[in-house]
Amino acid sequence: MQLPPALCARLAAGPGVAEPLPVERDPAAGAAPFRFVARPVRFPREHEFFEDGDVQRHLYLQDVLMQVADAPEKPRVPAFACQVAGCCQVFDALDDYEHHYHTLHGNVCSFCKRAFPSGHLLDAHILEWHDSLFQILSERQDMYQCLVEGCTEKFKTSRDRKDHLVRIHLYPVDFRFDKPKKNRSPASAEVPGDSGERSEGEAMEICSEPVAASPAPAGERRTYSHRSVSKLFLKHVLNVCSVLRILGCTLGRCASHTEFRKVTLGKKIGFRFCRRRKSRCFRSCE
Amino acid sequence: MWSRRRGHLRPTVCGVEELRRRRREQEAALRKARREQQLVSKRLLREDAPEEAGEGCVAAILGEAEVQQFLRQAQRGTEEKEREGALVSLRRGLQHPETQQTFIQLEGSMRTLVGLLTSNQALLQLEAARCLHELSHSEQSTIAEACLPATSYLLTYLSGHSSDFIELCLYTLGNLIVESEAVRRQLLPQGIVPALAACIQSPHVAVLEALGYALSQLLQAKEAPEKIIPSILASTLPQHMLQMLQPGPKLNPGVAVEFAWCLHYIICSQVSNPLLIGHGALSTLGLLLLDLAGAVQRTEDAGLELLACPVLRCLSNLLTEAAVETVGGQMQLRDERVVAALFILLQFFFQKQPSLLPEGLWLLNNLTANSPSFCTSLLSLDLIEPLLQLLPVSNVVSVMVLTVLCNVAEKGPAYCQRLWPGPLLPTLLHTLAFSDTEVVGQSLELLHLLFLYQPEAVQVFLQQSGLQALERHQEEAQLQDRVYALRQTALQG
Repeated sequence: MQLPPALCARLAAGPGVAEPLPVERDPAAGAAPFRFVARPVRFPREHEFFEDGDVQRHLYLQDVLMQVADAPEKPRVPAFACQVAGCCQVFDALDDYEHHYHTLHGNVCSFCKRAFPSGHLLDAHILEWHDSLFQILSERQDMYQCLVEGCTEKFKTSRDRKDHLVRIHLYPVDFRFDKPKKNRSPASAEVPGDSGERSEGEAMEICSEPVAASPAPAGERRTYSHRSVSKLFLKHVLNVCSVLRILGCTLGRCASHTEFRKVTLGKKIGFRFCRRRKSRCFRSCE
Repeated sequence: MWSRRRGHLRPTVCGVEELRRRRREQEAALRKARREQQLVSKRLLREDAPEEAGEGCVAAILGEAEVQQFLRQAQRGTEEKEREGALVSLRRGLQHPETQQTFIQLEGSMRTLVGLLTSNQALLQLEAARCLHELSHSEQSTIAEACLPATSYLLTYLSGHSSDFIELCLYTLGNLIVESEAVRRQLLPQGIVPALAACIQSPHVAVLEALGYALSQLLQAKEAPEKIIPSILASTLPQHMLQMLQPGPKLNPGVAVEFAWCLHYIICSQVSNPLLIGHGALSTLGLLLLDLAGAVQRTEDAGLELLACPVLRCLSNLLTEAAVETVGGQMQLRDERVVAALFILLQFFFQKQPSLLPEGLWLLNNLTANSPSFCTSLLSLDLIEPLLQLLPVSNVVSVMVLTVLCNVAEKGPAYCQRLWPGPLLPTLLHTLAFSDTEVVGQSLELLHLLFLYQPEAVQVFLQQSGLQALERHQEEAQLQDRVYALRQTALQG
């Protein structure tokens, strides 16, 4: 098949539309017994017209077509240790290290050191386990967000959410990234491995190294006597802001006081100093 | 991309003849499967260490006791290397269908594997995922269904960060999806579409290719037009898919192939093509076609037909949408270079892959049918003669070539004048000698148009024994009327 030499030049030149020659149809053109009509044709999915191309596609998928390349050797490097404090894993290949890092240190909760497979699950965990304002607000409204990305349902309790995950999203009943928060006294703070739902494997969010008693007890009862107020304040500012984010406002995590004030005034969330408990607690003002 | 495919080690000891034979068998099996509408193919990522290559070191089938032992070792072993080694042995055994059966029949085995998949030991996790991947490659839907407990985790890990791991999860999901409707019925409520929509923003080429593969498997499902494609069209996936197809330095052929096929499955299901046109599908695909032609010219054409085929199909089907005309009041695809590019591809197919010629000609038909502009391009770029050179390829190709010529001729005298004099009439006299009814029928239609708009052709026709060529078919039921009419015209003219 010989193409005219000017064709390549035409392709290289800029876009253009050919000025059409005048169209002038004679009605006799479509008169019987002739039946030609110019029309674009459409083929549906399973049409046999597609057979040849489909077969080629599948040959490719089954790798019969392409030359089989040798698996590239994993580049080896001199053994090195993971730099994260407390982790003593050693590696001799960067791929392995990358996977280790992302699995174990990538999305780690700074409060309790649990690791999560994604930022999304980590965010949910921090809110639900470490945010006191979340607990308070959840008594009044549905705060437990469905874990499936794209689903905007919210629930009153973690139990309700689990039911939803199982019934609607067909998740397993023992989904490992939805452990309900256990109400523990600080004395028996989270000990690695003591999840109560232990099964053959190890749950993702339990870290491998022994962890010192958690500095942020997650139970409902907080005793602030050991804390400096300013640190607490900052933590609560962050909590409020992240909760407000959940509530739909567009503030990111903010740490500045002025931002906080704007937010509180805007959303009618203020704080009262509770003399009885000698602490600050946050209540939404109605 | 084309040489990057990881670890699909087949023994390279067989000769070229053996490879060809295998390929022919494979092709025959695929054709049969397609006719029965059961075309299923899977991807297998298998990274065997170099010392395992070769027939002699194929892993043995594992018995129940061995599977149990490996699982126990992996789960409760003390040394990390020991646990990993146990899983590696299990994975090798799982290359065999018999071991796969043994595994799924063993009580608690999947539960243990899922536990290891979700463990905090990265290498154990990876090996467990590889075991799952081997299982996903099985051709038995019972084995795919046995992997159901793992799917929520595979989806969860898609929003992680380890690109190798995500790639493995995606290929595993893709294999499971295509094997069993039960798997798809679970994956959709589990949120596979939003998970893919989030994952498609990954910068890693390998992840994107794997995602395209998984998505293409999802879209091939029988229930896709009703149950899957609407939610995909409602997500951000179409925009991202089109982005992957934009020509330029960032275009990766392997990724583009997968997403082009995804688009084809969506478009030929006719669910909501105007939406895609609204996203600029026509102009993106048109530009990609130009890019492909450029690649042919630079002879960077390895595997190019794998991408060209779905692009041609998408363009052709999209051109049948009414929206093509209404968007902006004019056809979105008007650039004459598209015709030039198409012919460069047709020549490429002619030399390398003749079975794709009908698909290219299909696009040419859809471009020219309602477009005086494109018909004029065919004439002004001197493409009639190259078109005629395709006639001998096959009857299907002949019919399509003649149809395109009819598209040009039916536009009136100004067009037929440019078809005359020239090789057209001798060619028609030649095709009239074919035995295929459809080819002859289309030739008669073209002759009719030529006689109508270019009466001088009649004389030459008669001089070159046209009547005899016609009369050969006067007994044929489908052709009689037209033969008679043409005969009358010729004798009166």
